[in-house]
Amino acid sequence: MSSHKESIIREPLITGRNITYGQITDEVLLPVESNPSKAWWIGFGVASLFAALWVFAISWTFWFGVGEWGLNKTVGWAWDITGFVWWVGIGHAGTLISAVLLIFRQNWRNSINRSAEAMTIFAVICAATYIFGHMGRPWLAYWTLPLPNQYGSLWVNWNSALMMDVFAISTYFSVSLVFWYTGLLPDLAAIRDRATGLKQKMYGIASFGWTGSVKTWQRFETVSLILAGISTPLVLSVHTIVSFDFATSLEPGWHTTIFPPYFVAGAIFSGFAMVQTLLLVARKVLGLENYITMFHIESMNKIIILTGSIVGVAYLTEFFIAWYSGVEYEQYAFINRSTGPYWWAYWSMMTCNVITPQLFWFRKIRLSIMASWILSIIVNIGMWFERFVIIVTSLHRDYVPSSWVMFYPSWVDVSIFIGSIGLFFTMFLIFIRLAPSLAIGEVKLLLKTASEQMKLKQIKEGHLDPEQVQFYKESLQKYDSVELSDYENV
Amino acid sequence: MSSTKMILGVFDDPDEMMDGIDGLQKNSVTIYDVYTPMPIHGIEDKLNIKDSRLGYAAFLCGCTGLSVIFSIVYYTLVHDWPMNIGGKPHFAMPDFVPFCFEWTVLFTAFGMVGTFFFATHLFPGRTARVMDLRATNDKFVIAINPKGLSLPHEDITRILTEAGATEVKHNERKYVSYE
Repeated sequence: MSSHKESIIREPLITGRNITYGQITDEVLLPVESNPSKAWWIGFGVASLFAALWVFAISWTFWFGVGEWGLNKTVGWAWDITGFVWWVGIGHAGTLISAVLLIFRQNWRNSINRSAEAMTIFAVICAATYIFGHMGRPWLAYWTLPLPNQYGSLWVNWNSALMMDVFAISTYFSVSLVFWYTGLLPDLAAIRDRATGLKQKMYGIASFGWTGSVKTWQRFETVSLILAGISTPLVLSVHTIVSFDFATSLEPGWHTTIFPPYFVAGAIFSGFAMVQTLLLVARKVLGLENYITMFHIESMNKIIILTGSIVGVAYLTEFFIAWYSGVEYEQYAFINRSTGPYWWAYWSMMTCNVITPQLFWFRKIRLSIMASWILSIIVNIGMWFERFVIIVTSLHRDYVPSSWVMFYPSWVDVSIFIGSIGLFFTMFLIFIRLAPSLAIGEVKLLLKTASEQMKLKQIKEGHLDPEQVQFYKESLQKYDSVELSDYENV
Repeated sequence: MSSTKMILGVFDDPDEMMDGIDGLQKNSVTIYDVYTPMPIHGIEDKLNIKDSRLGYAAFLCGCTGLSVIFSIVYYTLVHDWPMNIGGKPHFAMPDFVPFCFEWTVLFTAFGMVGTFFFATHLFPGRTARVMDLRATNDKFVIAINPKGLSLPHEDITRILTEAGATEVKHNERKYVSYE
């Protein structure tokens, strides 16, 4: 997985000085092996209440139909597709962390990939509920599959971008699930071998008989690498295809060639923001500060600045192209976005996605846990507004002024959206109780190469030049656990 | 006759375990297997383990997925029900690309992971053949099958201990998980 040759002047990926392999297992498995804390119960209680609201609202939709939503003849795609694209986007960071960063040998991914992958699975489940929800007759969802039927030569429409979506999302979900579960096997085996009774039996079934023999590890790593190799283009293809839903139409505001890269960047942007939102809380509540360090938080913040800036450039490019195209409908769509009745949504999007993430250029903000957490939530809000702006503001002004109309969500729309967030958090909280939130084997891999204790040992043994030691000392000042007296003997 | 079924050298540190492997190999002791809580890089060469061929399986599965979906799309869209949409050709390759790509990835992932489980004998509910329960936690275990060994067991114990083994066990049962 990660290379064993790591420069010793890089920031450590595991802080703390006397960490052992056993300690890593103990600390990571603590939430799985002990009774849930009060904080967990409170979180779970609140999240499951919202999830119950989701069950109620989605059942209401299935019973009475999508007429219960705030849709009208002009704005046919509204909150549901906004929610769908938002959740799919959030899901992307998980695959990005586990696949793209693995291919690029970025071993800081080792401490965050498990939770991020779990987040992907749950986010895509939430996205899928919107797909089924908006179908009107969700029990006929199988009609989207190319199955022989009694109507003769009636097949699905392969020319439709929506059909591409069916294939992309279902492939994405199932491949992510396989990737995630295969990666879980060694850790489930670790729980099994420490448990007794029923728990041992359950984890015994779930861990597929994993023993950790050399050949198994070798094949496991091959599988992980190939899965990462095929998941990387997959993750790019999925959001590209989601953007085709819009870009292949002739709707002003949607019909733009920048959509595929812009959607992919936006997905990574919102996905990393959600990883940050979840992990900043998880590391504190689960006591994982030694494994999810300030370096991880800072690295994710850097990705947020990068992708946020790409998204900002895309917004400006859209405007420029609308003007440059000379098409008045296109120009109107964009002027209406920023100054029309939905100006507040547009400027919320611009503030949350373009302006506020730029605060991360300041090192102090980038290294502040509270600021990172607040900004990550702001990005999530901004990305929801982005999808809302694309969908609703483009549709509410039709080619025919007689069909111009505003969109107002109904209580069912709002309940499904808030409920889906509850559903997501419920699943995530159950996950951290049942499976380790860090990939234990991969974190252990870092102990002898990229941990603070190993670097300290190497410095004490005199493997570095004095300037390099000085550089390392300075870079370490941001970590709480470092005492500079440790380096005085060098 | 000795009742020892398996000799296990238990190490706290992967580097010491590697020294243990070197020591055993110098004395021509065949190593049955090594169990670790994390992947150890470079150990395959030491133990002469061949490269995994899962990449070939992945390629074949990917080709299968590509052929299957191409055939389905071609049959339905071009052969069985050609729709005239604005006079455009039925065999419109760009439309096929996303489907072909997705199913290539899908078949590769499922096919390769399935092959991995099959080749490694992993499946839901399989009883784990564990020799030391701590091998998935913090111990690095070298397992030696003493059957047919010319070297006395005490010598093996000595080699392992000299390399840094914290424990050497002479198990009368092969797998502790069956106890």
